Amino acid sequence: MTEAAPDTVVCDACPIRCVIKPGRTGSCDRYGNVDGVLARVDPLLVLQRTQEQGGALVPFASREGDWEGELVPSEGVFVTGAGSGTTYPDYKPAPFIVSAKVEGVDMVTVVTEAIFSYCGADVKIDTDRHIGAERQIVRADGEAVGHVTTGQYGSQMLSLGGVNHLTGGSKREGLVTMRVLLALCSGEQAELSVDGGSDLVIQAGRAPIINGVVEERMRVGCGSATIGMFAQQWYEHVDEVVVVDDHITGVLSEHQAGRYLDIPPTGVKVKGRRSTPGRYFNVANPGTGWGGTDIEDPLTILDGFDPAVARPGLTLLMIGTTGEHHAYFVLDEQLRPVPQQLPEALRVSVERIRENCEPAMTSVLFMAGAGGSLRAGATVNPVALTRSVNSTLTKVTCGGAPVYVWPGGGITFMVDVTLVPPGAFGYVPTPALVAPLEFTMRRDDYDALGGHMDAVVPIEDVLARPDVRTLPG
Amino acid sequence: MSGPVAATTADGSRLHLQHGPIDLIIEAFGDAREVAEAYRRAWARFQPLLDELVDELPALRRPLSAGEPSGRVARRMAAAVRPFSGRFVTPMAAVAGAVADEICAEMTSCDLRKAYVNDGGDIALLLTPGESFDVGLVPVPHRPSLLGKATVRAGDPVRGVATSGRHGRSFSMGIADAVTVLACDAARADAAATIVANAVDLPGHAAVRRVPAAELDPDSDLGDRLVTVDVGSLTAAEVDAALAAGIAEAERMRSGDLIVAAVLCLDDQVATVGLPSGHDGFATPVLASAAYGGPGNHQPLGG
Repeated sequence: MTEAAPDTVVCDACPIRCVIKPGRTGSCDRYGNVDGVLARVDPLLVLQRTQEQGGALVPFASREGDWEGELVPSEGVFVTGAGSGTTYPDYKPAPFIVSAKVEGVDMVTVVTEAIFSYCGADVKIDTDRHIGAERQIVRADGEAVGHVTTGQYGSQMLSLGGVNHLTGGSKREGLVTMRVLLALCSGEQAELSVDGGSDLVIQAGRAPIINGVVEERMRVGCGSATIGMFAQQWYEHVDEVVVVDDHITGVLSEHQAGRYLDIPPTGVKVKGRRSTPGRYFNVANPGTGWGGTDIEDPLTILDGFDPAVARPGLTLLMIGTTGEHHAYFVLDEQLRPVPQQLPEALRVSVERIRENCEPAMTSVLFMAGAGGSLRAGATVNPVALTRSVNSTLTKVTCGGAPVYVWPGGGITFMVDVTLVPPGAFGYVPTPALVAPLEFTMRRDDYDALGGHMDAVVPIEDVLARPDVRTLPG
Repeated sequence: MSGPVAATTADGSRLHLQHGPIDLIIEAFGDAREVAEAYRRAWARFQPLLDELVDELPALRRPLSAGEPSGRVARRMAAAVRPFSGRFVTPMAAVAGAVADEICAEMTSCDLRKAYVNDGGDIALLLTPGESFDVGLVPVPHRPSLLGKATVRAGDPVRGVATSGRHGRSFSMGIADAVTVLACDAARADAAATIVANAVDLPGHAAVRRVPAAELDPDSDLGDRLVTVDVGSLTAAEVDAALAAGIAEAERMRSGDLIVAAVLCLDDQVATVGLPSGHDGFATPVLASAAYGGPGNHQPLGG
């Protein structure tokens, strides 16, 4: 491997690890060095060039189960609803009903920008820190815009927006909610506060900022799980380990894993409610300190040592679940823990815990339902479109991004906002959000469900419009 | 790091496999169940393939040494360039063709009438008696027009077609727009096309701008050897002279039974070696062998 010179980047997109000079691409043409930064180079470029050269496009559809992580095949031209414009109510045919031949089959894509009064953002914030109790109100500029909802593994969850905040409250509540949704869906920052909880600055695809502190890592596991994962590495280097965690604090010598390794009891007494051996609930209050608790000094969760068991010189490691907080103690003659330098062997395990914690992220899913009038823009018989979507004859996308369509009535979908093209989300003063939406199906299926066949235009005509922008695939 | 990915066309007729720089378009013909099994096998063989290659990459980027590489694709590469050991060539000259051959071979255990594996213009063919492929020849990727087609029949000693040139994904030391070679397999065709394309040249000519390969790609197997980055205006006589050098190289290969035929393109001149006359009838090409498999590689971004 060549020594990397200044300004070159080493690509880590595939095992070849090309060394790429500024302004050039790696051997795949997919990744390049743009101003010293490794960047995914527009795969659609291929298509544009092929088209410029008069070549035929060969679209590939994803084969379920075989794609490993690639979200949509990059081949093929796809017209998104972004910027297509809309009318409300949608009694007129949708702005574009586009027809293209895909592998000999005529495909129709109904392209529209939909106005969603029923919509919101579900936000996953990777943190163990307490941001506020479930069901607490989430505010922006003092207005209620959503609430804290059921927490998930290593994450706190917010449910934002929805028709009750958009149009069910005061005019200002609706506008503030709309602005928060628009910002989050457009990949911009939103500043929120939780009643009785934290101040949050969140942005899709970025680490959350909680009470002014950037959250760096997700925890590797709960305190008990951390004991189980690292017991072998601590064994013989330290007498006792307490993993501080807001959920379950773990104690090595009492834990199943410690007993399996014949680690003797140390007499450490941990506050809180003992669950099973070596596992403690409620050692402290939730907060933004050690392991998602409110503590800054880990010794406050200890209730001393049992003099019948403990001995001077006994060593103790206390650590949070992300490895960010840790302290090492040795008991003095009065069995009081005295802080000491962390020994090298333990430093390695602390580093390993940090290393095993994934970067904390904020992820934002836009969730919305396509109403009756929108469906009427696609077909004269709106329920037929719902049925067609439910039976997967019709594929729904949001700005070309894959969506999850909820089972059951209506067309209610979720989409990862980071996959939707930039600038795709907008608003109307109702207030309501505007988002691109495309329904793609076979032409004969479209005809059968009462499609506006006379409004179908060939894809070439759409691409020839002067206002067409081509986006990275 | 992205892993290997697979997709089929909407109707399931063709398979697309991609991992890093490898892009394969595969189409098999025959009973639907056998085609499905062939695609399954191709995908299974494809998944570890790039990692195997990368393991031996430093050695494959150097001219052949005494030691035999261990990977199956790497051995195909070495075997393909070994007969050309008199010229500067590394096994990397055959990498695309060798990958196509390896995947094509994996499908021979299925009952197929015919199949092809197209690795960015370097194509391996599988043909059973009575079957044939029409191979379209595209001389210049940025001005695509079919130069013509060559029909490869099961009885022909051709199972590989490859194109090389200075518009391709890898560097060329020569000035040919494209050299397409028909040979016993895709790896041999790939290596031969690379060498013939290097031979189409006007050494020292002022209109040909060259830079050391390592300046463009620090990992290039060509090291500090000069590669062509631009060709200015040439006279008809100069074009003829450059082509003549390539033709001589291609003829030597053909007389040594290393290749079956070659088509050489420079500017608007086309020369052929080993092709029967009257091959240039037009038909819808089943395969297009172009000198590139993606957007002009090694061009500045946004260029």
